[in-house]
Amino acid sequence: MTETSSLPTTARAVVIGAGIVGNSLVGQLAQLGWTDLVLLDKGPLPNPGGSTGHASNFIFPVDHSKEMTQLTLDSVRQYREAGVFTESGGIEVARTPERMQELQRRMSSAKAWGIDDVSIVTPAEVKELVPFVDESVIVGGFYTKSVGIVDSLRFGTIMRERAQEQGALSVFANTEVLGIDVEHGRVSGIRTSRGDIATELVVVCCGVWSPKIARMAGATIPLTPAVHQMIDVGPVPHFKDTKGTIEFPIVRDMDTNMYERQDGSGLEIGSYAHRPILHEPEEIPSNEEAALSPTEFPFTERDFQQQMEDALELIPDVLNDESVGIKYAINGLLSLTPDGLPLLGETPEVKGLWSAAAVWVKEGPGVGRALAEWMTNGESEIDLQSSDIARFYECQRSKEHVKARAAEGFNKTYGIVHPAEQWDSNRRVRLSPFFSREQELGAVFFEAAAWERPQWYESNAPLLEEYGDRINRREAEWESRWWSPIINAEHLAMRDRAAIFDLTAFCIFDVVGPAALETVQQVSMRQMDVANGKVVYTPVLSPSGTFKSDLTVMRLGEQQFRVVTGGAHGMADLKWYADHAPADGSAQITDLTSAWTTLGLWGPRARDILASLTPDDVSHEGFPFGTCRTVEIDSLRVLASRISYVGELGWELYVPMEQGAKLWDLVWEAGEPHGVVPAGIGVYGTTGRLEKCYRAFGFELDADYNVVEAGMAWGKVKTPDFVGKAAHVEHRESEPAAVLCTLTVDDHTSADGTKRFMLGREPVLSKEGKPLVDAHGRRSYVTSAGAGPSIGKHILLSYLPPEHAVVGEELRVEFLGEHYPVTVACNDSTPVFDPENARVKA
Amino acid sequence: MKRVPITGGKMVLTPDEQAIETKHLGFTISPHEECGVEEAVRIVESQGGEVVVLTLGPPEAEEQLRECMALGADRAIHLVSGEEWDAQATASALVDAIRGEEPFDLIVLGNESADAGNYQVGIRVAYALGLPVVTGLKGLTVADGRARCEQEVATGRDVYDVALPAVITVKEGLNLPRYPSVPAKLRANRKPVDARPVERPAPKLEKLRLVVPEGSRKQAEILGEGAAAAPRVVEVMQQLGVA
Amino acid sequence: MSALVFLEGADELSLQALTLGESLGDVRAVRFDGPYAPAAWAKAIVDAAGDADIIGPGSDRGNEVLAHVAAQLDLPFAANVTEVRGNDVTRIRWGGTLQEEARIHSERKLLTAAPFAFAPSSSPLQAEVLSPSLDGSVTVVDQVAPDSGGKVSLADAKVVVSGGRGVGSSEGFAILEELAELLDGAVGCSRVVTSAGWRPHADQVGQTGTKVSPDLYIACGISGATQHIAGCKGAKKLLAINADREATIFAHADYAVVGDLHEILPAITAELRKARAV
Repeated sequence: MTETSSLPTTARAVVIGAGIVGNSLVGQLAQLGWTDLVLLDKGPLPNPGGSTGHASNFIFPVDHSKEMTQLTLDSVRQYREAGVFTESGGIEVARTPERMQELQRRMSSAKAWGIDDVSIVTPAEVKELVPFVDESVIVGGFYTKSVGIVDSLRFGTIMRERAQEQGALSVFANTEVLGIDVEHGRVSGIRTSRGDIATELVVVCCGVWSPKIARMAGATIPLTPAVHQMIDVGPVPHFKDTKGTIEFPIVRDMDTNMYERQDGSGLEIGSYAHRPILHEPEEIPSNEEAALSPTEFPFTERDFQQQMEDALELIPDVLNDESVGIKYAINGLLSLTPDGLPLLGETPEVKGLWSAAAVWVKEGPGVGRALAEWMTNGESEIDLQSSDIARFYECQRSKEHVKARAAEGFNKTYGIVHPAEQWDSNRRVRLSPFFSREQELGAVFFEAAAWERPQWYESNAPLLEEYGDRINRREAEWESRWWSPIINAEHLAMRDRAAIFDLTAFCIFDVVGPAALETVQQVSMRQMDVANGKVVYTPVLSPSGTFKSDLTVMRLGEQQFRVVTGGAHGMADLKWYADHAPADGSAQITDLTSAWTTLGLWGPRARDILASLTPDDVSHEGFPFGTCRTVEIDSLRVLASRISYVGELGWELYVPMEQGAKLWDLVWEAGEPHGVVPAGIGVYGTTGRLEKCYRAFGFELDADYNVVEAGMAWGKVKTPDFVGKAAHVEHRESEPAAVLCTLTVDDHTSADGTKRFMLGREPVLSKEGKPLVDAHGRRSYVTSAGAGPSIGKHILLSYLPPEHAVVGEELRVEFLGEHYPVTVACNDSTPVFDPENARVKA
Repeated sequence: MKRVPITGGKMVLTPDEQAIETKHLGFTISPHEECGVEEAVRIVESQGGEVVVLTLGPPEAEEQLRECMALGADRAIHLVSGEEWDAQATASALVDAIRGEEPFDLIVLGNESADAGNYQVGIRVAYALGLPVVTGLKGLTVADGRARCEQEVATGRDVYDVALPAVITVKEGLNLPRYPSVPAKLRANRKPVDARPVERPAPKLEKLRLVVPEGSRKQAEILGEGAAAAPRVVEVMQQLGVA
Repeated sequence: MSALVFLEGADELSLQALTLGESLGDVRAVRFDGPYAPAAWAKAIVDAAGDADIIGPGSDRGNEVLAHVAAQLDLPFAANVTEVRGNDVTRIRWGGTLQEEARIHSERKLLTAAPFAFAPSSSPLQAEVLSPSLDGSVTVVDQVAPDSGGKVSLADAKVVVSGGRGVGSSEGFAILEELAELLDGAVGCSRVVTSAGWRPHADQVGQTGTKVSPDLYIACGISGATQHIAGCKGAKKLLAINADREATIFAHADYAVVGDLHEILPAITAELRKARAV
């Protein structure tokens, strides 16, 4: 059949993929005033054959991730507005006590993220809601009234047609992308089976095909297609009189990794329980070759045996009926990523090439809106930091890594995932030069930015005896998981003597050249035009004055700045800097992460140790706080920077990677007479930091809160312009809607007498047990939690509405279904330990 | 019973042109035989007895044997060979297996397989066993040691009446096969499959290669979009003399 | 070289088989009167043929009689051939969506001619009537009239209004029924529709369903899977109505309307009524 219209020769943006994401995106871009948009799909419309077409289309809003929950809630709002949402309710059922505890955690997350129509229900109540469930196999459930199903294809059509009606969009189905042209690292055009389009913006919304499309431009979208099995059974006599598509709540049988939903007279059973079945994007058949849709693979029944047994056990009333047959069964394809989160934003490899991949139906419309805002304003209302495609290091984009983690993550889809849970697969990829020393010391390694990093050292176990009662022992298994009391012992040894830390996972990059100052000024809130040798800690703001990052910048020369930032977010920071460097190359940004290693040395004896190693002046006067300089240690020239994230006197010591082992040995040997201990990130990232009320990016600092609310608007606003300045000035002039406070737990005793310890992300409630909501509608929740061994208290950080942000205010925190009394200890950045910062400035 | 791929899209051949590329395809019971199994199960459900399902096929054909047993067959015999056999050799291998199952009342086959379409295996089996055969059934009644067989023809249905034991071949539409229930699936996994390796003799009708015929792509005349096309459609109907 | 051709009658497929026979050598055409008795007919053919090749039409009966012949002679039989080159033949598989090139390892060829693969023979037809011995052989004992409920049968209809997945439900066929009734036609459907239980199998058009040959075939919401095309390629004209501009069905269509069949069919029905009222 001949086409009625032909492809335009130019476009402002070309969106590839007409699934839920591509359609949502073009609709939102049009709404934000974009024109000359082109939407392509290699398949037919309205169902081009991607994962949207066979999605189960149900939405459970509650997730432990704030970002994912926000995207889902926004999606539900959009689905409802479009009239394609049917509320059915949904119940996650538990077969074990461990799962009941997890469901209590989900209650907490629901409250923390502002979802109130949730409740814990008894087996009898489950039976009442879903009469076909055998309540004797479950111990309870977590009911969410606002669970529902959506018509994702219809929604996509509505969004697409809206953009077409506005005259902003032309749509071409059955149009295959053959190539993406890149000039000077920037997208210049796209080649298709219908002709070429010159464009500077291409958005890959191609679901399971995304890696293949991105590769055409030389970029990576690290996801793998994976199988999710589904069967439809029917007709169910029980559903004979149901009207519409769904009348009974959807059941998630969490412990068997399955769900069951009524669909008309049938029942759909889906599973995430089978072995991970991963595919290559190149293996997916074309629309013509596929018997069904390209993403509906033949059902592999052998992978579904146990699931049939499990389903039979939970819903015998339906499934034991011999007249209820299996009418349809597929291995549906979906996208999995190494960390289970979407891949959103501009690819770090190619300017103008954006990714909107690994997005499920439940968050599709929200992602469409957020990405459209990001493309328009440089940021989105919902913070997408966890989903930013720029988050990966090179080694995390390899196929092997993606497959290993996707396979490991697949069975966690309904899993009970501890917040500190570590990955098993593909470890020991990035090893610091201290690694063998740490192994000898019994280090327990956690992963950070693919590095192996000691969380604590078993060799420090004798310290437990030394500190005895000062160390809180955790009684419950949940909080003891991925934790050791040794962390608290290392903390006290650091406060008493000194500790060394492996900080190799820092992301380090230099900004050099004539425009180096201008570049760092542009992205830093604080003054960067400082003397050589100064070290400045600064927030990095988004255009709207919220947090894009926080990091440390050393001025090493007139035209040289060294940026040091956390490993987890380092690659995104690098991209943010690169995006703000002048196009003429007058400021060059060089990633030095793998070139430099960092050893931290802190504690009251740190100066004695360093002084014994170097002839250089390391006195307080000779080497003041907030400065850096090169010192000689034995034959090494070491860049020493006097700052601290643990509230102690000490230095970060930087040497080229290959000299790291030598530095470790020298410091270790010099430290021994002073009682130095190796300390893990348990101290650096949690106990040491929290006693000083230092904020952490991704916990306290995100796009939901501004600098004033975070209590970090110290000093005057600098004169030079910087990203977010106007908004920041406005924030300073208005009253904050929330204040970041430090709280301590007054009583840890639970109903059964066990002492319980919060881990973070729990809702903070009024004394009466009511959620605290600020003027912007944000709920108060624990942003970070951890021990304060020096003050003998469990410390929590939380943003509170101003009326509650009062020192001495008594509040409650909900943890695993129980309320615990807490008290506000500080309502600004004053630390609970060493409030005068005497130690740091010793 | 024959295992066949579920096609529907464009046919793609393996590089050696000996088979359809099935890496993206699922497999099923050839449709006529699915009705045959259903019919046999219904007869046994109402009159008692046992349904044995027999196939000649690759090791993977066990999946389809299990499907048949999920439909209600009691046990299975699997003549295992990864090669494609011609109709004469297939019939001969089936007959060898059937002889070991005597006595029986009814041998049911599909009228022709969905893939090879040879239209002859059932008839050859009947001759080798010395039994009467009726083909292409869309209706069957078994009673008092006789089978009343209905064959669809342009003018309606021709009826045959044969004494048992007999061979019949059936067509899709004879019945609407049931969808197996979950318990039936689970039961099927526990039913016995007697797997016997068999050697393919030299073929008398030897497949040389497969060819995908060139499709005749027409250039359709577009009568319009949506409801607005209705007047033009009616015009065309009038031109064709059907309106 | 000679060939014996079994004719069902003077129908198109038999005449096509005759053409195939003629291409192989001297032809002797035979046919039967009396009740259909495939084994007995085959025996009579075997007796009459001597060592000639035996050819039949690619119809149900042609294939059945030739299979009996093959079983009686224990010789290979190639069903539905489209081409013969010495001992090699091309035959159809998968209802015509695939072809097989095969070699017959036998002196004699037993073949049926694939429907529409050969032009009908124009030679004056002088078929010899054979008289089979019906002693004890299986034969037709009764006939049942088609059960069409007084409606036009699918196989005979001049217009077939056929629906696929796009119709959406059993109830969705009401608008197809209405149009078919108005056109004195029959309603058909694709295999997904019968699998979903929306229509009985008797309505299925396709490789494993009814093969139709109307003047106009209206395919509504049918994607155009090969298995379906195999059943409707006998139609003189095909009108496809589909929301998907690029649906495969359009490649087989003479006329196309793009859009939602749920809007288009009622509009056509209304337009027809209007045209007739004038």
